[in-house]
Amino acid sequence: MASLKELSAREEIVAPGHRLCPGCGAAIVSRMVTKAAKNPLVVACATGCLEVSTTIYPYTSWKSSFLHVAFENSAASLSGTEAAYRALKKKGKIKEDIRFISFGGDGGTYDIGFQSLSGALERGHRMLVICYDNGAYMNTGIQRSSATPRGADTTTSPAGKEAYGKKEYPKDLTACVVAHDIPYAAQASPSHWNDLMKKVEKALEVDGPSFINVLSPCPLGWRYPGEESIELARLAVETGFWQLYEVENGVYKMNYNPKERKPIREWLEKQGRFRHLFTPANEHILQELQEYVDKKWDRLLKLCSITEEANKTK
Amino acid sequence: MRQAMTGNEAVAYAMKQINPEVVAAYPITPQTGIMQKFADYVANGQVDTEFLTMDSEHSAMSATIGASAAGVRAMTATSSNGLAYMWEIVYIAASYRLPIVMPVVNRALSGPINIHCDHSDTMGCRDSGWIQIFSENSQEAYDNAVQALRIAEHPDVMLPVMITLDGFIISHALETLSTYEDDKVKKFIGNYIPKHPLINPSQPVTYGPLDFFDYYFEHKRQQAEGMVNAKKVIQEVGRAFEKEFNRSYGLFEEYRMADAELALIVLGSTAGTAKAVVDMVREKGYKIGLIKIRCFRPFPEEELAEALKRIKVLAVMDRSLGFNGVGGPLFNDVRAALFGRNAEIKVVNYVYGLGGREITPNDIWNICNNIRDINLTGKVQSSVNYVGVRE
Repeated sequence: MASLKELSAREEIVAPGHRLCPGCGAAIVSRMVTKAAKNPLVVACATGCLEVSTTIYPYTSWKSSFLHVAFENSAASLSGTEAAYRALKKKGKIKEDIRFISFGGDGGTYDIGFQSLSGALERGHRMLVICYDNGAYMNTGIQRSSATPRGADTTTSPAGKEAYGKKEYPKDLTACVVAHDIPYAAQASPSHWNDLMKKVEKALEVDGPSFINVLSPCPLGWRYPGEESIELARLAVETGFWQLYEVENGVYKMNYNPKERKPIREWLEKQGRFRHLFTPANEHILQELQEYVDKKWDRLLKLCSITEEANKTK
Repeated sequence: MRQAMTGNEAVAYAMKQINPEVVAAYPITPQTGIMQKFADYVANGQVDTEFLTMDSEHSAMSATIGASAAGVRAMTATSSNGLAYMWEIVYIAASYRLPIVMPVVNRALSGPINIHCDHSDTMGCRDSGWIQIFSENSQEAYDNAVQALRIAEHPDVMLPVMITLDGFIISHALETLSTYEDDKVKKFIGNYIPKHPLINPSQPVTYGPLDFFDYYFEHKRQQAEGMVNAKKVIQEVGRAFEKEFNRSYGLFEEYRMADAELALIVLGSTAGTAKAVVDMVREKGYKIGLIKIRCFRPFPEEELAEALKRIKVLAVMDRSLGFNGVGGPLFNDVRAALFGRNAEIKVVNYVYGLGGREITPNDIWNICNNIRDINLTGKVQSSVNYVGVRE
């Protein structure tokens, strides 16, 4: 991967002066992702925090070409752009090697944009889809999404006398994406920046669709002080809530396996959205969440060894 | 060249000659025939289009926007619920001023589900900012497809164009039509040089930023101007087309209107049947004529009022309902066009043919009798009438 020195010499594609919140994960993630790209980019964005805060007319933070169409269709829209690029290449009307990146939050990727994402992956467009997963519809005021962790207090899954927040566990989008048998899929976190950027570099070199699900802390929705974003992202990884792994041509690889995983409580207790769980009545939820994290972790380790083995025997 | 083709094939043939860089498709009856035929052209190397088989109409329109914004010619086609499913993105195509051309094979909207022809699908998009051009038969569907690009891409317009053809009646019926040589069509269409392509690393652009109350209104105002300009451009392109291919096209067609006192107004394939009925009724001594609206959006308000200035009773035939307690969409537009210009004229609405219900020469004859009676008695019994429905 490019050295820090090389990276610092590259142009910033997401210019400063955008209107995202201080400490916003999406701001950090989009900067890191675009910094990792060596080629000129065309970026598409789903409607969401990143899009509305970086393109307030007549200004734009994007030094690359940028396309926003609607909430649910960034992958479909960019499919058309990528196809147009192929047509122009074929005719010799464009010389540069351009890369295509689609950004969407969890709402625009896990939920309303899921069909559009699935279609683009199945058709095999050469594009990188980045989901910045902050675990709720933050742009519209913190409503639960299918990425929201169980137990989180959101405006549509509020904790109350009879409720402990969101009842359901989050959808495993990365697993859904892997099921499309695309060449490259991964999970990353801005706390592990070199891992993230290495994954972006790999993804952009793949001749086909690629996907990276990036945890994106949200001070407003998760309710913590903005300067703790990277710490929160790191804790999500250290506790095993957010696993750093990649799937290259079907082979799973754990990119970070701490000797001792921290208990999930340590991540939860730093966030206002889980505060209500730390009462005797909700103690069982904490326990269930720990069991869930352990189960997912074991499953991932098994997938790593099984797929590696299967690959060897090929 | 004279060829026998279905309406769908005729449109696909025009698309082959246009050879757009990107076509994004999703199947829906009765449009499917267009894209099946086009897929054959792709498979046989007769076009070099990037052909995208999408996951839905919503995604098809999204990809078409992505491609058009990229700076190439991009097309899709749809019908009925597919158009309704695209609806959100259809608006966005127009607001980004993208010169997309989309054949729409008219079909009733659900529910109940019905696959046959009426105009309820395109009527739902009449205020989406798309130009809408209706066709009477396969020949016109083909000719309109050839003209649509030049209209859409005109710098004074820069708006997407829907060309419509009636589902099954045109799309699936075999007709003989004249097609033109590839190089003549290519010359007529010309090269497309996009002004602000996404794919241009030396000059990055942003499509679809957030517009607040400080700019949104201005952008919408400019978009509205494109639609106003379209009227002139559609006529110019029609004249250029006539010069090149000997077929005349304007905003609407006047049939036996010179001395008419009574008139019918129709859209689409019904015009063919109605012209034959007008001829028969003329033999009975009725001074009747017909206007076939070709360009429904922009609506040719002034020109229409001028053409109708001697008419005493006018039958407006709508192949879709307006659930507004007033009448069909064409009826309302025609009445608005006449308001303040021709207060004497009696305008009566005849809703017909919903969900593919047949409209016979006899039905149209009855309409002619009806408006003649109105002319004689001066009395309109009912301003909205349903033709061929069991009451």
